[in-house]
Amino acid sequence: MDIAVCVKQIPSPDTPGRLDAATGRLDRSGGLVLDDSDSYSVEMALRLAEQSGGGEVTLVSMVPDGEVAGLRTALAMGAARAVVVSDPALAGSDALSTAKVLAAALRRIGAPLVLTATESTDGYTGTVPVQVAELLGQPSVSFARRIELDGGQLRVERQTESGYDEVSCPLPAVVSVTAGVVEVRYPSFKGIMGARSKPVEQLDLAALGLDPAAIGSAGARQQVVAVERAEARSAGEVITDDGSGYERVIAVLDDWKVI
Amino acid sequence: MALSTVWVLAEQRGGKPSPALGELLTAARARADAVDAVTWGAGAAALAALAGAHGARRLLDLGDLGDSLPGPCVAAALAAEIGAGRGPEALFVATSYDGRDVAARLSARLDRPVLTNVVGLSSDADGSLVSEHVVFGGSEVVRARFTGEGPGIYLIRPKSFVAEPVGGAAAELVGLALPDAGARDAARIVERHAEERSGPSLDEANVVVSGGRGLGSADNYSLVEQLARLLHGAPAASRAIVDAGWVPYSYQVGQTGKTVKPSVYIACGISGATQHLVGMKGAAHVVAINKDPEAPIFKLADLGIVGDVNAVLPKLIDALERRS
Repeated sequence: MDIAVCVKQIPSPDTPGRLDAATGRLDRSGGLVLDDSDSYSVEMALRLAEQSGGGEVTLVSMVPDGEVAGLRTALAMGAARAVVVSDPALAGSDALSTAKVLAAALRRIGAPLVLTATESTDGYTGTVPVQVAELLGQPSVSFARRIELDGGQLRVERQTESGYDEVSCPLPAVVSVTAGVVEVRYPSFKGIMGARSKPVEQLDLAALGLDPAAIGSAGARQQVVAVERAEARSAGEVITDDGSGYERVIAVLDDWKVI
Repeated sequence: MALSTVWVLAEQRGGKPSPALGELLTAARARADAVDAVTWGAGAAALAALAGAHGARRLLDLGDLGDSLPGPCVAAALAAEIGAGRGPEALFVATSYDGRDVAARLSARLDRPVLTNVVGLSSDADGSLVSEHVVFGGSEVVRARFTGEGPGIYLIRPKSFVAEPVGGAAAELVGLALPDAGARDAARIVERHAEERSGPSLDEANVVVSGGRGLGSADNYSLVEQLARLLHGAPAASRAIVDAGWVPYSYQVGQTGKTVKPSVYIACGISGATQHLVGMKGAAHVVAINKDPEAPIFKLADLGIVGDVNAVLPKLIDALERRS
């Protein structure tokens, strides 16, 4: 079974992000890496494709300036190819615009199963996967911690506030995968070398038949009115443990009346 | 000038109102002339009293969803009301598993954006709603507003507002039709599993004990659980150990995870990446135990212990056991 995985390249978490005060947008001028959250859905897709008796895993991503360096990580893990959408009109896209672009690309690919992370690490709206499902007219199961193929159906364990629900879902469908639920493979040397020659299809909005006026900053119907520094908490007492540090903890817990 | 009507999505958890309901209704009341709540499931009657006490005029009840997931059904019902001109000016939804599904489905269906991760609300000079969002681990605050046609959909992080009852009578229970959501509603809940939890839930706990990478191994997480139990609190986790598969996602505190505001937050072996701090900096008191004296968590802790968490915690647990 062919599977599409929506992934995102984000500024490296080692270099803290910032908002451009003039535009109110995320400053993405640093280097981009594959969002760690996506490694779990890529891994899950590779396993499911294998279990189903074979099939291609295709990465789908919206990228600034044709940037694909971060996607090579997922290609090195074993994804067969990538379809990326890059267009100057996409700058300033909100989550719904992103979902429209991904849905249009996914329609072209036509994979019966679409996997995503639950949210990106930089934007973290957590709405894109289900917006994509709605636009495709498909069912979705969000916050999956386990996915199995059962005949032509999916069996999914979905995280809930009090435990989990076992959900059955026919295909086509969109499933978002929570982090930490599968052990992610390290790309092999062969995988890394092979990733360089894997096909990456570059599309723009015109190729997808999308109207630039309805997407990106032109289509955003939300506006940042101010960006300010937040109030910071101040540090208190810091002591080095000499074996009796726990006594100080007990003392403050006593003061705060929790014991 | 206030908004005329705000609707609040009123989720239930095991037949009881979600703890965020009072918070959202209080926030809605401050911004709108009339507030209604929308719910589904078995506990509507009990919820009507609580909704009314927090200022809701009506409780719109979708009834039992059977084995459907809430996202597509609730969004279809809300879209039908909005399409018929009976909708609100704004919809407030708590950031939860089902809340996000409903907001995302409705957004795509109505072609309206969602303002996500809202932590505060105000009104600007012309009366329109301005939402507050913290970004980059809480170092910056962004204020935003909708510019297009309503209703505005707001995903609000739990614990952003304090629930204040006004002592109103029970909300008037009004049935709302549940339209057929077609193929979008094809997923079926086969079985619901409740995981055993001896203490309070993470978002309601007065004390939260949270573990991170500094614990060294998944096995050592049991120290966090023991301490939480002794303090009648809830165990939690940093993203690093959730990603590593030590504990489930539902334990995660942070930007991509839960926001908690307990009286006391005890960070064990957590360095305090900005992504984590945004989820816990609202705690009244913070204790941090970490080997690295330069760890950012010490910059906001009331008490910081520089030391090995695996040496400090057993002594702390032992001392608390002797006291009880």
